[in-house]
Amino acid sequence: MAVLNEEQTMLRDMAREWSKNESPVSAFRKVRDAGEAIGFDPAAFAAQAEMGWTGVIIPEAYGGSDFGYLSLGLVLEETGRTLTASPLGTTALAATSALLLGGSDAQKEAWLPKIATGEVIAALAVDEGPRHDPSKIAAKAEKSGDGWVLSGEKAFVAEGDSAHLFIVAAQAGEGVGLFLVPGDAAGITRKSRNMVDARSHAAVSFDGVTLGGDALIGSADGADLLDQVLDRARAGVAAEMLGMAVQAFEDTLAYLKTREQFGEILSRFQALQHRMAVQFTQIELMRSAVEGALEAIDAGRDDIAQLASLSKATACDTLHLVSREMIQLHGGIGMTDEHHAGFYIKRARILENAWGNASFHRERYARLRGY
Amino acid sequence: MATIELTNPADALEAFRKEAAAWLAENFPKSLVGKENVLATVEGEANADPEAKAWKKAMGEKGWGTPTWPKEYGGGGLSFKESRVLQEEMAKVGAWNPIGGMGVMMLGPTLLEFASEEQKQRHIPLICRGEIRWCQGYSEPGAGSDLASLQTKCEDKGDHYLINGQKTWTSGGQWADWCFALVRTDTTKKHEGISFILLDMKTPGVEVKPIRMISGTSPFCETFFTDVKVPKENLVGELGQGWTIGKRLLQHERTNLSGGGSMSRGQGPSLSDIAKHYVGVDSEGRIADAELRTKIIKHEMEAKSFQLTARRVMAESKSGNISLASSILKNVGARITQERAELTLEIMGMNGLGWEGDGFNSAELGATRGWLWGKAVSIYGGTTEIQNNVVAKRILGMLDHQ
Repeated sequence: MAVLNEEQTMLRDMAREWSKNESPVSAFRKVRDAGEAIGFDPAAFAAQAEMGWTGVIIPEAYGGSDFGYLSLGLVLEETGRTLTASPLGTTALAATSALLLGGSDAQKEAWLPKIATGEVIAALAVDEGPRHDPSKIAAKAEKSGDGWVLSGEKAFVAEGDSAHLFIVAAQAGEGVGLFLVPGDAAGITRKSRNMVDARSHAAVSFDGVTLGGDALIGSADGADLLDQVLDRARAGVAAEMLGMAVQAFEDTLAYLKTREQFGEILSRFQALQHRMAVQFTQIELMRSAVEGALEAIDAGRDDIAQLASLSKATACDTLHLVSREMIQLHGGIGMTDEHHAGFYIKRARILENAWGNASFHRERYARLRGY
Repeated sequence: MATIELTNPADALEAFRKEAAAWLAENFPKSLVGKENVLATVEGEANADPEAKAWKKAMGEKGWGTPTWPKEYGGGGLSFKESRVLQEEMAKVGAWNPIGGMGVMMLGPTLLEFASEEQKQRHIPLICRGEIRWCQGYSEPGAGSDLASLQTKCEDKGDHYLINGQKTWTSGGQWADWCFALVRTDTTKKHEGISFILLDMKTPGVEVKPIRMISGTSPFCETFFTDVKVPKENLVGELGQGWTIGKRLLQHERTNLSGGGSMSRGQGPSLSDIAKHYVGVDSEGRIADAELRTKIIKHEMEAKSFQLTARRVMAESKSGNISLASSILKNVGARITQERAELTLEIMGMNGLGWEGDGFNSAELGATRGWLWGKAVSIYGGTTEIQNNVVAKRILGMLDHQ
């Protein structure tokens, strides 16, 4: 665990208490059973916003608390433990990062206060296929008078069903630019996708959407900006995955300490003890990688990209392992829908794909290191 | 042996090949090619078309659904070589075996070995014709890996047995006509207190409740027995012999289940084809994601070694030796099945994680559900951990520390 200051400790404890008491796994089950396309409980998100979690990385001038990425990561870890269904990570971390890193004062003024209160849910629309690949963006924004006309298809947009604001990556002539697109603009069509984690991953098409000149964030050659935004999104997802891994591990450990076969508590079998020791080890490494990335972002260090890829690759591998072991070590009961092990493995695979899987990030790490 | 070997065996086999081909030409309708419904043997075929029903009837009466079982009980009476010829001829015309399920995979071979003559005459022909669906009453909520701790009580009431208790993971319980179960007839001994019994699922006091799995399907049930009266003639083998019989049946189950890994062979596109489609190739035609390519290669090479091992085990057992390698088949088969499913998901990315509805094709949705269901392969029929115990203790002689 990173060394936390007093504010961070309070925030983490508050998030832990809230998740445990107000948003246990049974709350996610309700969301899943309700089957709504938005994939979360608006009341739960409103409560999170009320506690200020939507403004953790937003400067005070725009209505946030400016506590930084590590602080928001702590919250996402805690809510991730209980699989809280909420757009928090997408709107308050991923999309917000685009405005913080590249937005003009006017753009920040227009959107950040509303994101901080939870009034606006913002989503990042980058990928166009089933596998993360920011080098393959075909969506196009063409100059038209003072403004732009945007066309393209975005796939599996997290929180795409509820978003009030899309931040869309599109070819803008000189390179890839990021565009602010209000969700109610003419020419936008959303198609819900029913996926294993019961959360929102919509297909969103932009068909000749007319935008003002002030829709572009930063410059028309914003590939570097996109990379920086994605790295923050990756570290945020890794924080959620950390919480999931910790909880899946703890639940499995608790089960092994109660289930009896052959007249023995399962946790007395050395073969199982070692399996748990291995997972504990991997989770500790994962925590260091995730917290390391978030701290690098807060410090503005020059190794953010490397650490973001390290955190995401490590998170993917570790949560993959832990989610598989959760089912195997629970045995038959873990295979039933009544148990929550299935919820963890389903959400795990979705997040393994989000903003690049382990292979993607190992390849990227190698390139960043120059080999 | 069904065929009389008048001339040399090779000629007899060729004669049988002609006979099989002719019979298939007459009885297997071309319209059924590719229409195999593997679940029909478990779930029944309420909506099966008349041709499929006729095909099942023909195979059932011929006994070729259970080709090597004795003719006097309704089997095909074929030798292993003839059975292989039959399989080859069936494959040539796209014919599939409509007879299956637990009766064929597990119970039949066990009854042939342990049941009385009356029991064989009564139950085996119905299995050969696929007229009765069987389910397995083994596991209980408190008796999973430690199966021998089962508690379902079976009392001797003079002219009948009375069964009370609960089973779980009863495969196909909601569709089954009959159940073979392990029950406790003596509470003073662990293994020797278990008996093997057959019971009609329509008997008063039997209640089944499907269990919803993470894959969204409900192939298993919880089965409750409340004062279920079972005729004494339904006991298989001796009282207290159930553990021996039940373990033998599990061997049949494990042999069949280990086939999971070989399912990846020859059916549908290979992982590398799927990967080329979703991921693309580099300038030399290699899968563009180098790490994924390595993982696929490792998987395919392991699958190949698995096939070779399965073949070796079969060859060795035919020559009369029980191969030590047979003990690894289930675990390796399970690992290969699950690895293939995980790799398919990784290749398809978000397209491999659809639950239902628009945006996903049937292969993608099938991959998702297959992946989730496949997590059971290393749990049912003896977990990977239990199989490893068997290897360590019985084969390697590594005993628990004292």
